[in-house]
Amino acid sequence: MANKFIVAPAPHMHNPHSTQSLMRDVIVALMPALLVSIAVYGLSVLYVTAVAVASCVLVEFLVQKYLLGGAPTLGNLSAVVTGLLLAFNLPANIPWWIIVIGAVVAIGVAKMTFGGLGHNPFNPALVGRVFLLIAYPVQMTSFPEIKPLVGGVADAFSGATPLAAIKSGAMSVADADLMNMFGGFAAGSMGELSAAALLLGGLYMIWRRVITWHIPVSVLGSMAAFAFVVALAQGGGAELYALPAFHLLAGGAMLGAIFMATDYVTSPMTPKGMVIYGIGIGVITMVIRLWGAYPEGMSFAILLMNAVTPLINKYVKPRRFGLTTTKK
Amino acid sequence: MKTFPIGGVHPSDNKKWSCTKAIETLALPDVVNIPLGQHIGAPATAKVAKGDKVLTGQLIAEATGFMSANIHSPISGTVTAVDLQPNGQGLRQMMITIKREGDEWMPEIDRSKELKRECALDSAAIISKIKDAGIVGMGGATFPTHVKLSIPNGCKAEFLIINGVECEPYLTSDHRTMLERGEELLVGVEILKKALNVEKAIIGVENNKPDAIANLNNIITKGKFAVEVEPLKVQYPQGGEKQLIAAITGREVPPPPGLPIHVGAVVCNASTALAVYEAVQKNKPLIERVVTITGKAVKEPRNLLTRMGTPISALIELAGGLPEGDVKVVNGGPMMGRAMVNIDSPVTKGCSGITVFSGGDAHRVPTSECIKCAKCVEACPMGLEPYLLQRLASKQMWAEMEVERIPDCIECGCCQYTCPAGIALLDYVRLGKQTVMGIIRARAAAAAAAKK
Repeated sequence: MANKFIVAPAPHMHNPHSTQSLMRDVIVALMPALLVSIAVYGLSVLYVTAVAVASCVLVEFLVQKYLLGGAPTLGNLSAVVTGLLLAFNLPANIPWWIIVIGAVVAIGVAKMTFGGLGHNPFNPALVGRVFLLIAYPVQMTSFPEIKPLVGGVADAFSGATPLAAIKSGAMSVADADLMNMFGGFAAGSMGELSAAALLLGGLYMIWRRVITWHIPVSVLGSMAAFAFVVALAQGGGAELYALPAFHLLAGGAMLGAIFMATDYVTSPMTPKGMVIYGIGIGVITMVIRLWGAYPEGMSFAILLMNAVTPLINKYVKPRRFGLTTTKK
Repeated sequence: MKTFPIGGVHPSDNKKWSCTKAIETLALPDVVNIPLGQHIGAPATAKVAKGDKVLTGQLIAEATGFMSANIHSPISGTVTAVDLQPNGQGLRQMMITIKREGDEWMPEIDRSKELKRECALDSAAIISKIKDAGIVGMGGATFPTHVKLSIPNGCKAEFLIINGVECEPYLTSDHRTMLERGEELLVGVEILKKALNVEKAIIGVENNKPDAIANLNNIITKGKFAVEVEPLKVQYPQGGEKQLIAAITGREVPPPPGLPIHVGAVVCNASTALAVYEAVQKNKPLIERVVTITGKAVKEPRNLLTRMGTPISALIELAGGLPEGDVKVVNGGPMMGRAMVNIDSPVTKGCSGITVFSGGDAHRVPTSECIKCAKCVEACPMGLEPYLLQRLASKQMWAEMEVERIPDCIECGCCQYTCPAGIALLDYVRLGKQTVMGIIRARAAAAAAAKK
């Protein structure tokens, strides 16, 4: 019996987690929102998602094989996650060629240019979305009529998102149907419809220890606090609670806070840094939403804070053991 | 339930393979190899030469200065060599080789099973006996116990903490010792209390050993021992000295050169407390210890009372031999143990277990790019940023590593254990730590020279 002795320094045990298993958990966490989207907008959602995922995977494969070289990276599933997140940021009736352009920008420009997974300074899916928003504003902001596959839910705002309706003055916050927005029956990008489904995915990721609570809670918490203060300054009343609730449920708040801002590569490394980053996103989002030209500011806020992340990592350090000597 | 304040991981403890196996006595080896350096500090100086006859328990090598430890013969017989021999890692090391002839003990050693509770010695006499017996920390760090008990001027010990945590997965030698030799162990704790002149003694035990906790509490109540047992959360590295002190007292040992005594704590391993009992009450030097032989692929995991110097292959053989194919034989536990190439190397004072991995478990996981998931930062019990230290070490940025507090690292392995990209973080961190510590020492030496 011949043995081969393997020698390596400790540790000799490893956590079952891998990059691939973490990405798989993110994909699982995105499924409730995808199902709600299919229920609300019909099978076109599946078509858009399939085109987005397939083109992201294809672009990564081609760039990696012909330009970047090195070992194949598709197995880590990060291109699939980017594809899903890109699709979640698109209207359900977007033409296929716009999706492909989005994928080229997301994976080709925002991710692979910097060396692939782990090196990109900005969230690839968001770079793709913002590029499309600026290049094709009409296609990106007109949403199809809601045709629920199940149930006949009253359609409060067909075609215009709640945020756009508020911005244009077509609707006031008091008129918004918060329960519809929570359940997912208000117009919007495919993945941002249902706050309930996104929260479910977020809880799943926290339970599976994919993410920690720091970023989602600080993004949503600072948005709510900001809206509360604004409502207070405007005289309070019923808006005191309606305005924070509206902003948490509207647009990309949940999708951004739970799935986009928590992107590992582009978010800070320490819990304290994550909270600072989250508050930055929350505040910038609210400033754009309330006083900016765009009805929604989540994407811009996350990208801006992505840019600040290296600075946060440089200056915000974890609590070091033994430096604050506490004698009881 | 108490635990340490920052970081930590939860590897599956894998204690089930051996925790129900009572301690058995391993047959005496025919030949033993006794390394002169099996403790932290200067290697001992050999006091015997080829051809000398020795008895079991006889002093064969003497401590070289204060920071060193005596070594005694674990068997009786003839010294056949004092020479360089390969250790577990294949490196040649000075060892005394003894061929066994019977098992004749030194006459002053009391080999009766009778419990001797009363100890009339004063603190200095106890410490001197511990020093004579060559006792070192048996949890793996092998720090000479008499050095630990000699409190530096200006410091005062307030707590004696006994480390019965055994947070390393797989290992069960402390567990079985607390279960089967609890009474002697507790007398040892009382003796240590007396040596340190402290009021409070607390035994920290991880909560995955409820039988050991119950057993100790039972003996404490019956025998009216002034010792407490503190059940601790199952979390690695709960048994790290600094983590254990923080978990039990809430006090954090300051960064190096800070020592436990600076927060009033002295920590001794549970098996060390038993060795102290035997040394002080029975005149028995440290010549045997309990070693766990375990692993998923080991046919018969066991806890074996083993004489020092016994070849590790004898333990492996008794456990059913090595599985076929690729194996990793680790001296110690999976988180901090050292992989061996030479399984004929001897059991030493710090060897609490032998863990065997086979097949895929013997290999590291594949490595990919860092995705900056921050899990290593979350896991680090010292509040460091392993991902950053890894990058700095790979670029040889030693000055920056010192700023990022690399000397604080306790090399527990949490970062590398948790890394989803399978990056060998601790390899880089260890390299950086050694280099930076060297730079710090050189700087101190240069400063001292300039003063003169």
